Amino acid sequence: MAIHEQLKKIILDTLPGVECVIGWGPGQDALHGSPVFMRKPEDVDSFMDTPLGAFGAVNNLALFLPELSGKKVGVVVKGCDSRSIVQLVAEKLIKREEVVIIGFPCEGAADLTKIEKALPEGREAGEVTGAAIVGETLKLSLGSEEISLGLADIKADKCTRCKTPGAVISDAFAGIAGKAPEVRDEYADLAALEAMSLDERFKFWEREMSRCIRCYACRNACPLCVCRDHCVAGSRSPHWITQTDSTRDKLMFQIIHATHLAGRCTGCGECQRACPAGIPVLLLKRTFNRGVAEIFGYDAGMDTEATPPLLTFQVEEAHIKEREWQ
Amino acid sequence: MSNKFISHEKLRDWLEDLSARFEVWAPVNTGQDAKGVVVYRPFVRDGALEFARKPVESAKHTVFPRSETLVNFKTGAKDGKPALELHVPEDPPARAVFGLPSCDARGFQIFDPVYNGSGTQGLARDNYYLRRRNATVLIVKACSKVLNTCFCNWVGGGPACTEGADVLATELPDGFILAQVTARGEAALGSALLAPASDSQEKQARKLHEEAGAALCAPPDLSASVSALRGKFDDSAFWEAEASKCLSCGACTYLCPTCYCFNITDEARGVLGARIRSWDACMLPLFTMEASGHNPRTGKIQRLRNRIGHKFSYYPSLHNGRIACCGCGRCIKSCPSSVDIRRIVTDAIGITGTAGLKEQKNG
Ligand code: SF4
Ligand code: SF4
Ligand code: SF4
Ligand code: SF4
Repeated sequence: MAIHEQLKKIILDTLPGVECVIGWGPGQDALHGSPVFMRKPEDVDSFMDTPLGAFGAVNNLALFLPELSGKKVGVVVKGCDSRSIVQLVAEKLIKREEVVIIGFPCEGAADLTKIEKALPEGREAGEVTGAAIVGETLKLSLGSEEISLGLADIKADKCTRCKTPGAVISDAFAGIAGKAPEVRDEYADLAALEAMSLDERFKFWEREMSRCIRCYACRNACPLCVCRDHCVAGSRSPHWITQTDSTRDKLMFQIIHATHLAGRCTGCGECQRACPAGIPVLLLKRTFNRGVAEIFGYDAGMDTEATPPLLTFQVEEAHIKEREWQ
Repeated sequence: MSNKFISHEKLRDWLEDLSARFEVWAPVNTGQDAKGVVVYRPFVRDGALEFARKPVESAKHTVFPRSETLVNFKTGAKDGKPALELHVPEDPPARAVFGLPSCDARGFQIFDPVYNGSGTQGLARDNYYLRRRNATVLIVKACSKVLNTCFCNWVGGGPACTEGADVLATELPDGFILAQVTARGEAALGSALLAPASDSQEKQARKLHEEAGAALCAPPDLSASVSALRGKFDDSAFWEAEASKCLSCGACTYLCPTCYCFNITDEARGVLGARIRSWDACMLPLFTMEASGHNPRTGKIQRLRNRIGHKFSYYPSLHNGRIACCGCGRCIKSCPSSVDIRRIVTDAIGITGTAGLKEQKNG
């Protein structure tokens, strides 16, 4: 049985004991999927009923769990999404027993930005009228034109460095989890940024952040950004961020977000995917993630029993040799 | 007046010429490569103008800035009493926006009755809006293609609709044909660089308009939206189902050419400060937060209900039936959760499975 059919069966079996099961269903066109909240058996028909199937399962559905706490819900997860759940549980932001986690062996998810970039000049993703996955290629039609793209070229970057394609934790699993791949995150994206002089880097961020419309989709798409309605960026109390259209303050917000996510961010990339202005905000978070890994040896979202290093205090840190500082 | 023509080679010369009289804005690729994000920017000669891909944002901020100073103030004392000095910023420069799609121009027609007094029996005239609006020439570029998310024809528009436009530009293989629509548009077309358009160019333009119009799916009848959405107001199961996947961010409202809500804040440093008007959005929790701390719209369900209800029911019932959405599709295209306003409205009316939407589902 195809993975997608196995998942449907698990969802149907899970439904009677939960408020809903969150999965992926059709979006506005052939390329887009969309979260679907399955409450009744007939809702399950639309699960992954999209041309891209599991490859189009881009949204990290762990996002919706904190707002549903107090209710028992099921959620289908890619490996990376399961890490968000682990982190939420580790931080006691959700209760493990309130979530039924349904995993599957993820083979990677699409990056819509990469798809648009791979189309001929002047063409955009919204022109794609049909899509189908055939082997390792995505076949697209744009009206009468046909275009084939290699799946490897349009996979999200996070998939190429993923260590957890099967769920880190799950209550049910469709198919068989493969062996965890031997990959090392080399932070090549950061190297490119850091190769710039400080001045160039500042210009880079000024240029990118100048497009920010302050919609805070980046914040609201982040499963670990849990202050939500009580954010420091609010225009009332505490009014820490100016309401003038200032690029510096927009960057300031990104630095606040990255700092609040330090040692908590699992690198799911939803912040960047959500940004309508195409701002590479994940770079800031990855800078912190690399630092946290180097200093504390901590990788967020791998262990529900772990204490995130920046949420605790050690008199003597194992890797920070303060006494040796001159 | 007969139509004009400007070749691609001379386009920048003409825009430069216009820049002597207007602050010219145009869509620009501001990203790091050929597929960077397209937004509106003040025209500069060597800028990466782009007309092929639709701008991600609407042109709303060219007339209604994201943030604008209403008044600068200085606090102090005079004769032992507190004194306040006020300074209203000077009038903004005249603007010409070149290359916006028709839906963006129509968006301002939804703003107008709210801010020019006509929709409020003269009660509310927003001079900050009006001074910009009246000094802006909108040079619409007819859309040569339609996207999956476009539905301007559902709400009375079209790829080459001239409502709201001062000039209609149509891109031909070798340049743009420019048709004057309003008296205001004349000011933009008085340039020696423009040649008269030939009959064959006119014909080509008309053909392009027809082709783009035909590429849109047949529109459903939305006339029941006013009563249907009012009827659904208390149907919490309906709204919960529609809103579950919403993240309650501001992407849809801030990208929308018709969302006109704002907030006013005072920002001061020492004795100097400014009263600022900045965009606000009904999808954000603070929008309805009252001074007492009570918030009548407690969650995203109530907020999404308001956004849809306002556009397709409350606004039309106040403004002669006009729907406060121009079908640009940006809120669908850029929603991180693919919330589809078309689907919510057709679900509310009970015409789920509308042709256009069904076809698009599986491509
Ligand atoms: S900051 Fe971005 S990458 Fe990190 S957890 Fe949040 S959404 Fe995911
Ligand atoms: S999602 Fe993008 S545009 Fe919106 S606030 Fe975040 S960085 Fe700015
Ligand atoms: S509908 Fe989409 S864009 Fe609008 S608030 Fe909800 S998640 Fe954000
Ligand atoms: S509601 Fe959506 S489709 Fe309608 S005008 Fe606004 S952004 Fe465009």
